[in-house]
Amino acid sequence: MWQTLAEPFQYGFLRHAIVVCTVAGALCGLLGVFVTLRGMSYIGHGLSHAIFGGAAVCAAVGLNFFVGAGVWGLASGLAVGRVTRRRVIAADAAIGVITTASFAFGIALLGLYTRVKQSIEATVFGSVLGVSTTDMWVIIIVAIATATLIIAFYRPLLFTTFDPEVADVSGVNIARIDALLMLLLTFAILASMKVLGVTLIAAALVIPPVVARLLTNSFKRMLVLSTSIGAFSGLVGMYLSYHLDISSGATIVLVNFALFATTYAFTGARRLARTPDRDRTPIPRNGSES
Amino acid sequence: MKASPHASTAGIESIGPLVRLDRVTCRYARGRPVLEDVSLTIRRGTFTGIVGPSGSGKTTVLRLVLGLVSAESGSVIRRPGLRVGYVPQVETINWNFPVTVFETVLMSARNGHRSPWSTSQEKQAVADVLERLGIGDLARRHIRQLSGGQQQRVFIARALFSEPELLLMDEPTSGVDIRTRHEMLHLLSDLNDSGLSILVTTHDLNGLAAHLPHLVCLNKRVMGVGAPREVLTPEVLERTYGAPMEVLEHAGMPLVIEGRHGADTIRQTS
Repeated sequence: MWQTLAEPFQYGFLRHAIVVCTVAGALCGLLGVFVTLRGMSYIGHGLSHAIFGGAAVCAAVGLNFFVGAGVWGLASGLAVGRVTRRRVIAADAAIGVITTASFAFGIALLGLYTRVKQSIEATVFGSVLGVSTTDMWVIIIVAIATATLIIAFYRPLLFTTFDPEVADVSGVNIARIDALLMLLLTFAILASMKVLGVTLIAAALVIPPVVARLLTNSFKRMLVLSTSIGAFSGLVGMYLSYHLDISSGATIVLVNFALFATTYAFTGARRLARTPDRDRTPIPRNGSES
Repeated sequence: MKASPHASTAGIESIGPLVRLDRVTCRYARGRPVLEDVSLTIRRGTFTGIVGPSGSGKTTVLRLVLGLVSAESGSVIRRPGLRVGYVPQVETINWNFPVTVFETVLMSARNGHRSPWSTSQEKQAVADVLERLGIGDLARRHIRQLSGGQQQRVFIARALFSEPELLLMDEPTSGVDIRTRHEMLHLLSDLNDSGLSILVTTHDLNGLAAHLPHLVCLNKRVMGVGAPREVLTPEVLERTYGAPMEVLEHAGMPLVIEGRHGADTIRQTS
C-alpha cells in the first residue's frame, strides 16, 4: 500500500503532476461554486474549448501557450459575459456561439498545420506526462491569487451571484465583479488544462460544487467543501491515472463522479425532505388581475 | 380584514420629495413605450401603492427610481444621497441558493467590508434587524426552510439593513396566504410609522391597495392619483384595467368587484 502511494514520488515529473492535479482539482472546485450557482455550468466547457483555439494558434506561430491562450480565453470569456449580461441571448447560447467558433478555428488550424497536432492532443485529453516545474508554479500562483481575490471580494461575489439586480442597486459594480470572475476562471482553466484536458475540465468545475451543495446549505461551507472535494479528486485521480495508465482528466472526473454518486445515494433523498417547497398557498384574488 | 392604521392620509407630512418623475417616457429596446408621460412624486414619510394590470409599467417605475433603467424622455430626479432599499418579487429569488438568513441580510451591509468574516458589530446589527421583524430565531436557517411570510421578512430585513430612507417593494403580497398578507400590511404600516417612506406595486386591490393611504393607478400612463376612496372608483378602474368594475363599500373601505356580474351576484346573496 505504502509502496503504491510512494511510487510516483520517485519521478520528478510525477511529483509535479501530483501537485498540479491536486491544486487543479481544488481550484476548479473553488471557482465551480460560482460557475454552477450562476447557472453557467456550461462555461467551463465553453471556455476550455475557446482556449483550445488560442492554444492551436500559439502552437502554429510558436507563441508561449500561457500568454497566447490566456489572451484568447480572456477575450472569449469577456465576450460571453457581455453577450449574456444583455439578456437578449441566454448564457448557454452565447457560450455555444462564441466558444465553439473558437474551437472550430482551432480544429481548422490543426487541419492546415499538421505539425501542430501532436502538441495539441495532450491539451484535449489531459496528461500527467511532461508536467514541468513551470506548470507547477503557474498553477500554485494562480491558485493563491484566486483564493486571495475570492476572500478579498467575497461579499460582492456572493451578492452578484445570488441577486445581481439588487447588488447593482446596492452599489456593487457587477460588471467589474463579473470580469474578475471571468479572469480567474480563464487563468484557472489555462493552468489546469494540461492535466484535466479541454474535454473534461467542465466536469471538474461542476461536480465538486454539486457534491458540496448536497452536503450543506451554507455558501461559505460550500466553498470549503467544494475546494476540498476537488483537491481530493485531483490527488486520487492522479494516482489512478498513473497506476491504470489512463488519461488524468478522465480519472479525476471519474473520482468526482464516484463522490457524487455516493453522496447523492446517501443524502439526496434526505436533503429533498429537508428542503420542502415553500408553504405558499394560492389565494383568491379579490382585485382585478391580469 | 381589520382596517389598516393607514386608512386615511391624515397626519402624513410632506416635507420634501425624495423622488420626482417628471413626464417620463420609457421603453425597452425599440418596442412600444412601457411608460408614457408619467409624472409622480414620492415624498418623505409617505406610503404609496402603484396598482395596474400586468404590463402596465408598475415594476418599470420601481426600476426607474432605482436607476436600473433610463427614461427615454422626461426626468427622474432623486434627492442627492438618497438611500433606497429594494425588495424584489419573491418569484425572482433563487430559493435553492445555499444561503442562510444571516448571510442574506449581511449582503446589503454598506460598511464597505468585503471579506467573508463578519464583525461582532455586524452580527449584532443583523440580530437587531431580524428581531425587529420578528424572525430573530431564524438567522441560521436556509432561506428555503421558512414560511412565505418569513421569507418576505428576510428580504425586508436585507433592505432595512442598508438603513434606507425609501423602501421599494415589488408585489409584496404576491402568492401569500391571507394571514401573511395581513401581517405584511401591518409590518409595512409599522415601518412607515417609524419614518420609512414606502413605495409598493401590487395587483391586490382589496387585500393591500385599499388599505394604503395613497395610490397611483397606472396603465402606461397615470390614470389616477389619490386616496383609495378617490381612485378606487368604477371610472378610474375601468380606465386603468380596461374592463368594467363595480366598487362597493365595506366597513368604510372600498371593495372592488371584478366585473358588474360579480357585483350583481354579491347583491343577490347578501
